[in-house]
Amino acid sequence: MYSEKVMEHFSNPHNAGIIENADGIGEVGNPVCGDMMAFYIKVKDDKLADVKFKTFGCVAAIAVSNIVSEMAKGKTLQEAKSITKKNVAKALDGLPKEKMHCSNLGAKALAEAIKDYEKKKYG
Amino acid sequence: MKSVYMDHASATPVREQVIEAMLPYFDQHFGNPSTVYDMGLKIKQVIEEQRAKVAKLIGAKPQEIIFTSSGAESNNLAIKGVALARQKKGRHIIISAIEHHSVLNSARFFERMDFEVTFLPVDEYGLVDPERLSRAIRSDTILVSIMHANNEIGTIQPISELSAICREKDVLFHTDAVASVGNIPVDVNELNVDLLSLSGVSIGAPKGIGALYFRDNLRLMPLIHGGIQESGRRGGTENVPYIVGLGKASVLAVEELFDKMNHLEKLRSLIISGVRERIEHVKLTGHPDKRLPGHASFCIEAIEGEALIYMLNQHGIYSNTGSACASKALKTSPVLVAIGTPPDLAQGSIVFTMDSSNKVEEIEYVLVKLYLAVEKLRSLSPLWRSKEGI
Repeated sequence: MYSEKVMEHFSNPHNAGIIENADGIGEVGNPVCGDMMAFYIKVKDDKLADVKFKTFGCVAAIAVSNIVSEMAKGKTLQEAKSITKKNVAKALDGLPKEKMHCSNLGAKALAEAIKDYEKKKYG
Repeated sequence: MKSVYMDHASATPVREQVIEAMLPYFDQHFGNPSTVYDMGLKIKQVIEEQRAKVAKLIGAKPQEIIFTSSGAESNNLAIKGVALARQKKGRHIIISAIEHHSVLNSARFFERMDFEVTFLPVDEYGLVDPERLSRAIRSDTILVSIMHANNEIGTIQPISELSAICREKDVLFHTDAVASVGNIPVDVNELNVDLLSLSGVSIGAPKGIGALYFRDNLRLMPLIHGGIQESGRRGGTENVPYIVGLGKASVLAVEELFDKMNHLEKLRSLIISGVRERIEHVKLTGHPDKRLPGHASFCIEAIEGEALIYMLNQHGIYSNTGSACASKALKTSPVLVAIGTPPDLAQGSIVFTMDSSNKVEEIEYVLVKLYLAVEKLRSLSPLWRSKEGI
């Protein structure tokens, strides 16, 4: 059902965790609908110096979170904002059709974290 | 890698003796049982012998058994066969809220044909209240269908109590016994039922064979019209090798039942107490005592079942879940909903169903791997963080 890439990220989600005193936090989903993700970012010189996450959800949700954190790390905020559901799924060598929307929330959670950072910084 | 199969409610391996018994009926004794030469007559007699074996498994008479293709077909034939045969008497059917999809969707099919269906709620353990059943029966009620044991939560219903109410009010009673036959004693007279479904896949016969018990000469409209096979109640040339397989599996099930129950009760108690000791914030789903001997099911807080299944799978452990994320339709199991499980807790569902082949050492292995998998998933979960109050 899942690609090798998905299983790899699910089995070793090395960016999982929280960042104390994060510059931005983004939370999406809720436990009632099945998946919930929280993204934490540290920003330095307009770049994502560190990205971590916590995820409650299925194999796809965990793999999505990890690959999004990997894709985002080191990127400028502008570049990170261009990460979409579609290129996340592509980077994972595809997701099952029914998982495409409900579990593929990583990009949204990251965008929320960036928004949170920008709001704090620019008001 | 070590392999521990703990999903016997989904399928059981076909027993070696069953395969051996079946093999000659593919190429040596291949004749059509409806033919009149000795070859066909002999096969016809073999089928009748198997019918007697299946009947013995559930305390029925041979002529009260119809061979079908599956438990699902048996359930369809029971509901549709009775509803179609009795529709002039009434158009009201009662089923429980935790029935298998083959019962549920057969009932819903009649809802679209101007029948009325009452879905009886269950309590937090999955039990139907006899009082409630009694109140739900009307003058136009023709059939009540309540499953014997539930495959997802293991709860065993007080069938004889429920069927007595129906008998008194002259309403037919069907029970889906796919999960219970071969795991606990099942006797149609003690249960006092009019119809009962069973399946080969849960007792070491192959997938693709089942049976329906129907009391005496109960009128039943066939689903498959054809020749006079199965006394006109199911057309189509009989699936002889599979019928032989079901017959053999039935004999073994009778012989082994009590040893199997003792063994499974031991395993069940090990896994339930082990989970409770090692993992905090876990709920046992289903009834604590009135449950199938080899059935242990839980909801584990702050994690999701599909991820847990995959993680256990990486250690060779096979189990099941009612989590929404594991279903194609992304819906929580209706059984977990019916017993009042909150949606987020239902996500953490895990079900272990065991058989004679499972060993005590395997339980310890499963408990260790389960603990580690839960720890890992909880370390990833934002819900667990909030639970710890950090």
